[in-house]
Amino acid sequence: MAIFNLNINGSEHSVDVDSNTPMLWVLRDHIKLVGTKYGCGIAQCGACTVHLGDNAVRSCQLPVSAVGEQKITTIEGLSEHGDHPVQKAWLEIDVPQCGYCQAGQIMSASALLKRNPNPSDEEIESAMNGNICRCGTYTRIKKAIKTAASSENV
Amino acid sequence: MTKLKTHMGRRAFIKNTSLASGGLVLGFSILNSCKSEQAKEIAVREMPKEWFEMNSYLKIGDNGVVTIYTPNPEFGQNIRTSMPMLVAEELDVDWKDVLVEQAPYHADKYGFQFTGGSRGISARWEPLRMAGATARQMLIAAAAETWQVPKEEITAEAGVLQHAATKKSAGYGEMASVAATLTVPEEVQLKEVKDFKLVSRSQKNVDAKSIVTGRPLFGMDIQEEGMLIAMIEHPPAFGLTLKSVDGEAAKALPGIKDVVTIKSFKDGYEKGGFDTNAFPELVAIVGNSTWEVMQAKKKLKVEWQPITAYSETIAGFGGKQTINIPAGLESTTTHKSQMEALAAKPGKVVRKDGNPEVAFKNATTVLERSYSAPFLAHNNMEPLNAFAHVAGDKAKIAAPIQIPSLIIPTIASSLGIPKENIEMDLPRMGGGFGRKAYAHFVVEAALISQKVNAPIKLVYSREDDMTNGIYRPTYHATYRAAFDENNNLTALHVKAGGVPESPLFANRFPAGAIDNYMAEEWTIDSNITIGAFRAPRSNFMAGAEQAFLDEVAETMGKDAIQFRLDLLKRAKENPVGERNDYDADRYAGVLELVREKSAWKENDATKHRGVSAYFCHNSYAAHVLDLKMENGKPVVEKVVCAIDCGVVINPDAATNMAEGAITDGIGNAFYGELTFQDGVPQKNNFHQYQMIRMKEAPKEIDVHFVQNEIDPTGMGEPPFPPVFGAVANALYKATGQRHYEQPFVTGKQIVG
Ligand code: FES
Ligand code: FES
Repeated sequence: MAIFNLNINGSEHSVDVDSNTPMLWVLRDHIKLVGTKYGCGIAQCGACTVHLGDNAVRSCQLPVSAVGEQKITTIEGLSEHGDHPVQKAWLEIDVPQCGYCQAGQIMSASALLKRNPNPSDEEIESAMNGNICRCGTYTRIKKAIKTAASSENV
Repeated sequence: MTKLKTHMGRRAFIKNTSLASGGLVLGFSILNSCKSEQAKEIAVREMPKEWFEMNSYLKIGDNGVVTIYTPNPEFGQNIRTSMPMLVAEELDVDWKDVLVEQAPYHADKYGFQFTGGSRGISARWEPLRMAGATARQMLIAAAAETWQVPKEEITAEAGVLQHAATKKSAGYGEMASVAATLTVPEEVQLKEVKDFKLVSRSQKNVDAKSIVTGRPLFGMDIQEEGMLIAMIEHPPAFGLTLKSVDGEAAKALPGIKDVVTIKSFKDGYEKGGFDTNAFPELVAIVGNSTWEVMQAKKKLKVEWQPITAYSETIAGFGGKQTINIPAGLESTTTHKSQMEALAAKPGKVVRKDGNPEVAFKNATTVLERSYSAPFLAHNNMEPLNAFAHVAGDKAKIAAPIQIPSLIIPTIASSLGIPKENIEMDLPRMGGGFGRKAYAHFVVEAALISQKVNAPIKLVYSREDDMTNGIYRPTYHATYRAAFDENNNLTALHVKAGGVPESPLFANRFPAGAIDNYMAEEWTIDSNITIGAFRAPRSNFMAGAEQAFLDEVAETMGKDAIQFRLDLLKRAKENPVGERNDYDADRYAGVLELVREKSAWKENDATKHRGVSAYFCHNSYAAHVLDLKMENGKPVVEKVVCAIDCGVVINPDAATNMAEGAITDGIGNAFYGELTFQDGVPQKNNFHQYQMIRMKEAPKEIDVHFVQNEIDPTGMGEPPFPPVFGAVANALYKATGQRHYEQPFVTGKQIVG
């Protein structure tokens, strides 16, 4: 066990955990931010996606010891009032079915739009291919990403 | 006007005065930590100081805010929006003033809280509207009494009561305290479909904001004071059971509290149809955090031993049934040869019309084709989980499950406590698809909590979830068609079976449309457990049947849609037999609609299109699917879909569900497969089990509903089964090869 000081959603958090503990479980069990989801634990489903700096990463594969000073953003911290353009587009298109995968989808989509504000269909498909949606909302996800891309201030 | 007796259970109308003192009605607080964004938004506007309960489905605040208790558990079909819409429609309240709460399990108040079988909306269609209409009538009566005017002169609309002559007006909130004291009317009038203002108009998902902001909604998200995390270790193979466990090494690891064993059933307990459980004896490991428990789980030293064959009587929906569970370690290769052997022998004849034997004997040509599909795992995105806190003879449970009432007796028996002492909340499920109807994991959570004497959340790893059983069975079907010298279809024969159940529906189309018809079935016992999977049995039969009919049409030189319509015409005008369980007109209706909307052309050489239609769960669905081959891989360009499920409550949400069903169907047709070697599932996570992803999803889906005023029928399942046929038929057009064995893509090279 060791103490780790983490910057999550703009606030400092200190946790005392084994250094191999994946950020997924640090977030869910220790910091009680459960918006980040467990789906596979082996980087195959994307349900656990968070931002490390500006990049979308699978938190189930990110040991707490690898985070250091880097800032982590989770779905809870993507925007203060749930009004990030990607969240707004998700509401406009009414994307979710069960909703379990959607935090991960939104974190992947928002990272994509940050580095590529106007992605093509293929670029969307490539960036989102690591996120499984068992309910099959892919057509809506793609539509929502395009809606967000065409809105201002992504 | 539809007049209805308010034959709702008496309990539904008992006014509990303690509830009128404000606050929430939920018996305990687990889900309060999961307060929705919707509640927060209404709270910003101001929550009422006092609530008045009108019946078990709704209460009205003194400021006019209405809370609607949605009775059935949600797993993504959006009934948490559509069910309250039915109440709000008849109550005539502004949708903006509605707050939706998930009702806890409470059979007296909420009836059969069953999410499955596409029955949700059809079962709640009358009771929920009646709950709204009754409350509305009581509000009108309260206004009449207060204003001393005849109630016939009072109007109620959008949460406002008015008396035109005296210009009196009051919000529902102002009359709620009086209304809640009145006698429940014996009869209520429900609106005509044409008068709906809210229903049949798309409303946004009430939980969408909570979902996109990561609020705790799911069973997996539950956190309680003092809660420990539990995981289970089940046998690595079907056909094995627990022999012994040495948990010392695991227990020595940091954060680990205990290693225990549990037995899911008391000896001699008579199981229900949803108590399916291949692994009733388990090792459980309990600790402070999920990661610690996951690590310690690897250190368990468990010995397993073979099961012995047994029979048991199950009290299911359809009465008591005896099933035989063989011993042994089963493999997919053996299943395949067993299925082929049985398919070659006579089966049990379930239906026979005319004289099929003679028709086949006299046939000029016979077309015979066999179809098969593998076991499938549900793979809900949210792995199985449940929260339980058993203290003394009381249990508090939060269970993301589809049929709470059917697991309560098992929990009570296994814990040895009275049923009445179990309180159960119903958090949102991260997918269900049938899997979460089998709630063994809730029993396990309760037993673990009892053993370690602490509140626990049982979490299945993805691997535990995928290898635990309750799969879609593997199936096989052989179709034969007889043709005379003029190439007319004279007879049809279907023989179907599976491990361990038969997928056959003997009375479905094309039964009724063919003079000489025979349906036979067979089964093979297995110790691999199976369960409902989105449109059980239909999800295989539709694909086999619709692919075969496509080949029959081709043999006859007929257009694929026109051929089906001709058969349906026959079934309508001069049906064969009396037990045909479909409406030929509505069946033809979806085919005609999909033909129009897809701009279907006969022998269209510009596209690779497949058509397919099916009837199940009282609804009709047809798809036209366009596909092309790219680098040897099929790409679905577009799917046009037509559905007749009667009145559509929330069209955009229903469209979303149809899109999902189509995507799900394509994914499973292409890739879905679970195989076994010596009882061991050969896939345990998504690196092995291929799920459809965005790249493979259809580029476009276009959903249409037949507009009518028929009482609503199923929607979650019906669009799913016909997808398999549409994929197979389009794949044939694109590759020139018929595909008979699912999955169509995995492990096979498709030439295009
Ligand atoms: S849980 Fe991390 S990718 Fe699936
Ligand atoms: S919405 Fe259910 S898994 Fe994506």
